Order: sequence, then structure tokens, then C-alpha cells
Amino acid sequence: MDLTHSPADEAFRAEARDWLAGHVPASPLPSLETAEGFAAHRAWEARLAADRWSVVSWPAEYGGRDAGLLRWLLFEEEYYAAGAPGRVSQNGISLLAPTLFDHGTQEQRARVLPPMAGGEVVWAQAWSEPEAGSDLASLTSRAVRTDGGWRLSGQKTWSSRAAFADRAFGLFRSEPDTPKPHQGLTYLMFDLRAPGVTVRPIGRLDGRPAFAELFLDEVFVPDEDVIGEPGQGWRVAMSTAGNERGLTLRSPGRFLASADRLFALWQERGSPASARDRVADALIGARAYELFAYAGASRFLDGESLGPESSLNKVFWSEYDITLHETALELLGSEGELADTGWSEGYVFSLAGPIYAGTNEIQRDIIAERLLGLPKGRR
Amino acid sequence: MRFLLDAEQRAFADSLDGLLSSADTPSVVRDWSRGDHTSGRALWSRIAAAGVFTLAIPEAYEGVGPLPVELAVAFVELGRHAVPGPLVETVAAAVLLTESADPGPAKRLLPRLASGEAMATLAPPGSYALDGDAADLRLVLTADGLRLAPDHGPVRPSLDPARRLTALPPSGELLVAEPPFVRALRWARLATAAQALGVGLALLDRTVAYVGQRTQFGVPIGSFQAVKHRLADAKIALEFARPLLFGAAFTMTERDVAAAKVAACEAAYATARTALQLHGAIGYTAEYDLSLWLTKSRALLGAWGSPDECRAAVLHGVSGDGRRS
Repeated sequence: MDLTHSPADEAFRAEARDWLAGHVPASPLPSLETAEGFAAHRAWEARLAADRWSVVSWPAEYGGRDAGLLRWLLFEEEYYAAGAPGRVSQNGISLLAPTLFDHGTQEQRARVLPPMAGGEVVWAQAWSEPEAGSDLASLTSRAVRTDGGWRLSGQKTWSSRAAFADRAFGLFRSEPDTPKPHQGLTYLMFDLRAPGVTVRPIGRLDGRPAFAELFLDEVFVPDEDVIGEPGQGWRVAMSTAGNERGLTLRSPGRFLASADRLFALWQERGSPASARDRVADALIGARAYELFAYAGASRFLDGESLGPESSLNKVFWSEYDITLHETALELLGSEGELADTGWSEGYVFSLAGPIYAGTNEIQRDIIAERLLGLPKGRR
Repeated sequence: MRFLLDAEQRAFADSLDGLLSSADTPSVVRDWSRGDHTSGRALWSRIAAAGVFTLAIPEAYEGVGPLPVELAVAFVELGRHAVPGPLVETVAAAVLLTESADPGPAKRLLPRLASGEAMATLAPPGSYALDGDAADLRLVLTADGLRLAPDHGPVRPSLDPARRLTALPPSGELLVAEPPFVRALRWARLATAAQALGVGLALLDRTVAYVGQRTQFGVPIGSFQAVKHRLADAKIALEFARPLLFGAAFTMTERDVAAAKVAACEAAYATARTALQLHGAIGYTAEYDLSLWLTKSRALLGAWGSPDECRAAVLHGVSGDGRRS
């Protein structure tokens, strides 16, 4: 049992802290769910990448620092404590990149990863379809074999970042007649500006186009953009889904920083007694999430895979995020209603947490069946 | 950084679990609740022989401590098996005696606590002592220090029948003039949090087993999504309280310990509510063993610092500069 970090890890943390202190923009960037904000965030990614801070956990050859999980956690803690901007490249960095490291070819990694690290190519996720929410096995968009590649047709929806992004990744049904629905899927990357692609931005609750519908009509994708074996997309995607529910999407650093800011807000507003318990619980929750992450990281470093435990994580962070923002809005009083405070946009964003990355209902089923061993039953 | 129990700590938990599993603790709890301390004393000796009470006591007084992580490991197991008696109080008493300027009382009393020969209880200022009728050393905090009370007031039942509450007279030999109550409170809260986590884990395990067997409408009730989701929420609460507990045992800061106390006790209590609901009426009876954990979860929530007091300690411990060290 040890919670102290090695001098080398602390030196890494200090280096990150110093760099961030010298480079984080003095005033917040515009919302990344606007064209202007998206461009500003893309420029921030390039700034991070120039000093190899955009993808610290990647190998150096792709622009990273070969940082292990622990150093990544420390970096994230410093990043959010410094009030640095949200990561417009997060879908690519935390969802597609791990998939490429596990299942991609050398050529794909060399071609896709460096521009992703620099924000030159921003990736959108194309998982969901109108009739398939958390049930990815029921996808119907097709990939049909053609000379030198595939033709994609169908419709994707709730595609985060797609309104302004460059490329997307997702699953397509390449073998329509398999006995089981999760067989015969292929994992592909495609260009959002290719002929046959129509992007229709969708306004989220605040009207900002945080996601989009994608209509695909015979979109050509070359063989080099298939990840893993054709037909094996389900297996390939599952490693990505685990990342999404687990730590990489919501690092403890983010909530530690948010809880500290909530505490500061509470003090600024005269420490109202009515919010005291919720402010304390936000601090307790952030610490719990941090230590849970350290325990998970320790097991991971011991060679264990975390598997269904990522479902515990997902339900916890998604509900925590909403409660924290609700508390902040209450502390802000009438200002809490204003749409352009950082807290209110965070609140709107947090509301989606229990829905995406596999709904919390699905996660609770996974916890009950796979961690507690309860029998499967009717949903 | 390796935030996991090591092999030795896990083996310690396993050996205590084995010891307690074979001890028929439900019978011991029922004896204890009637004021018959014979089986409880015998169990106490075995727990002491396993080294549990040496963990808070320094080597100078025949202990092996202070080892708060190991103490937390042990108390999770004591909670899982619903072991009765002034367990937390004996630990807190040991901490109070350890830090006395005059080593006399420590030399005289601590070896007896470490070996299990004596059990101690402790009345926090203005409150009851647990099991004053069973304890050999009744410590009372008074305005001028820590005293060894000569006797105890009448036994008053707790809502947990296994916890028997007694007032102590503010008199008797003065042992320590300025006892380190804040430090002892930290250990008491840590041990209570660990015990509560164990209680919650036992409630969850028993309920998972029950809903897998109990059938209604022709299927196990554990196959119903409403049932599953309640148990999933209990699992989440307990699994996020666990790292807080061991993190607190590692740092022993007031803030971390208070956070662990809130999270573990509230998770255990929420699990108790779920356990009762999913067991239905059988869970509401005294004859069914589930009650031994149900009532304890509520009592531990208020013991050694209510959620309100602990949340205050959490807020008090934040520097407010937006940066953790």
C-alpha cells in the first residue's frame, strides 16, 4: 500500500505544471461546440502537440512521451487544475487511438496518429444509429465489398464532434446473414467530406451542434481504413467501449479540479449552509474517484484487465458530474440560469453522461450480472 | 505508488475471515445482546490472539503498531462477521493511553489491551460508552482529562441490540491530564468506517445470494431489472467507499478519515435499506440473521462522528487554494 509517487513521477508532474502555467490561455476559449470555438480548440491542440503534451501516454514516435498510466493520471490532474481547455481531440485520442494501438497496422498508426495528436485531423465517433442505442449489436448500416475497399451506406446519429470534425470511425455490417447480431461487423474509418457523406448537425439541449446525423450513400472507403479483420468489428470495438466507460474519458483530474472550484465558489458565495453537504460530498466523491483510479491503475500495472469494473466507473462519474454542476448552479443563484457561464455549459454537457457510452441502465445490468453474478432476465 | 493491499495484508484478512467464519458469530451476537458475554469474551481472545488489538499499540507497550492500514483490513472483517463488543472503543482507548506524558498508565494498561486480556470502553464527551457492563477498563473523558471510571450506569439498549450503551460517572483515577482526543477520534472513525464497510459488504453478499434463490412469478427475483439496479447501486457505493477507507488509513489525515467515515457508513446504510427491501418481510424479523447487520449499519452511521460532523471535517480540511499537495 503506497500512495506516494516516485521522484521521477513527481518531476514529470512538475514539468507538466510548469508548462501549463506558462501556456494555458488566460481567458477561457469559446465553446468548442461552435465553429469559432472548434477552431480555437484545434489551435490549442496544436500548441500542446508542439511541446509533446497532447498525447503524453503515446509512444514518442507518434508525438507522445511514453508516459505510463500513472503519469497520465498526474498529467490530467495538473491539466484540469490549471484550468486548461477541454480536449476537442478526445474522441480520437481516447477511443480510436487505443483501438489502433491494439488492432491497427503499423501503416495505420503512422498515418493516423500524428495528425490526430496535433489536432490537424479531428475525429468524430460514429457508433450510434437511429434504431440502435446502447445495443450496438443491432447496427444496420452496411459496408459492401468493392474494388480495393468498401462502400458504406446507411445512417449514423448522435455522432459527437461530427458537426465540425474531419473524419469518423464506427462499425458497419459487412455480413448481413450471420447467425448472431454481433458477428459480421467491420470497424472502419471514413472521411466526413468524402462524396456520399451528408452531415446534419443536431443541436443539443442548449442548441449548440455538439453532435450530428451522418447520412452515407455509397461512400467509398479503401481497404487501408479497415481496423482489424473484416467481420471482427465487434471484438475490436469492445476494447474501445471499455476505454470510453473507464478512466480515459473522464479522468479523476477533471473532477478533482471541478470539486475544488465548487468549493471556492461556495466560499465566495458566503458558504451557504444549505449547500454545505453537497459541497462536502463533491469533495468526497472526487477523492473517492481519484483513489478508485489509483487502485485500478495499480491492478492494471500488475497485469490485470479491468473489464466490467469500468461500468462501476461510468455510473459513478456520470451521476457525480450532474450533481456537482447542479450544486454549482444553485450556488450561482439567478446567475446560474445564464447560458454563457462555464458552469452552465458544463451542466448541459453533464446531462448526457448517463446516456452516452452505454446508458447507465445497461451499465447497471452489467454490474449486476457480471460483477454480482445475478441471473440474466427480461430487461 | 501501488495503491493495493499487499499479499501479507490480504492473507491477514483471509485468516481473520476464516477464524470468524468458523466462530458462529450470529450465536455470539445473540448471546451478547442478552448480556451474556461468555461466548463474546472467548471470541475476543481469539481475535486478540490474531493480533488485531496490537495494531494501534506501539512496540514499547507490547503492540506492533501503529499500523492503520492493517487495522482497517481487520475491522472490515470484524464488520463482515458482525462481531459484537467495544472493538472501536478499545482501539481509541489504546491511542489515548499511548500519547500520555506520563508513561505509567500506558505501561500498566496497554499490554492488557494488546493481549486481549482486557477490553476497554470509552465515553466520548457527553455521550454513552459502548458495553460498559462488559468492559474491564471504562475510560471517561472529563473536563480535566481521561479517567478510569470505577463503575457504570444502567445498561440502555441501542437500536442495534448487540450494542449496549452505558453512561460512565466522571470520576475515578486520572490517567492522562491532556489526552490526545483528536488523534484517538481519527482512529475511532477509521475503525468505524472499516467496520461499516464490512457490514455493507456482508449485507450485499447475503442479499445477492437471497435474490438468486427466492423466486416469484416463476423466476428468481434477482433476474428482475429493478432488483438488479438497486444492488448495482449498492455495489457502486461500497466499491467507491473502499478506496477512501484505505486511502485514509494510509494518510491518516483528518479530512481523509472523515470522508471515509461518511462514505463507508452511508454506503453501508443504503445497502441495508436495499437488503431489507429485497428480503421483504423476513428481513424485518429479529429471528433472521440479516437483522444483525441491518441494525448495526444504522448505529455505526452515528457513532464517532455523525455524517454532519464528518462533512464539516472534510470542508475544514480543504486548503481552498484549488491545489492539492
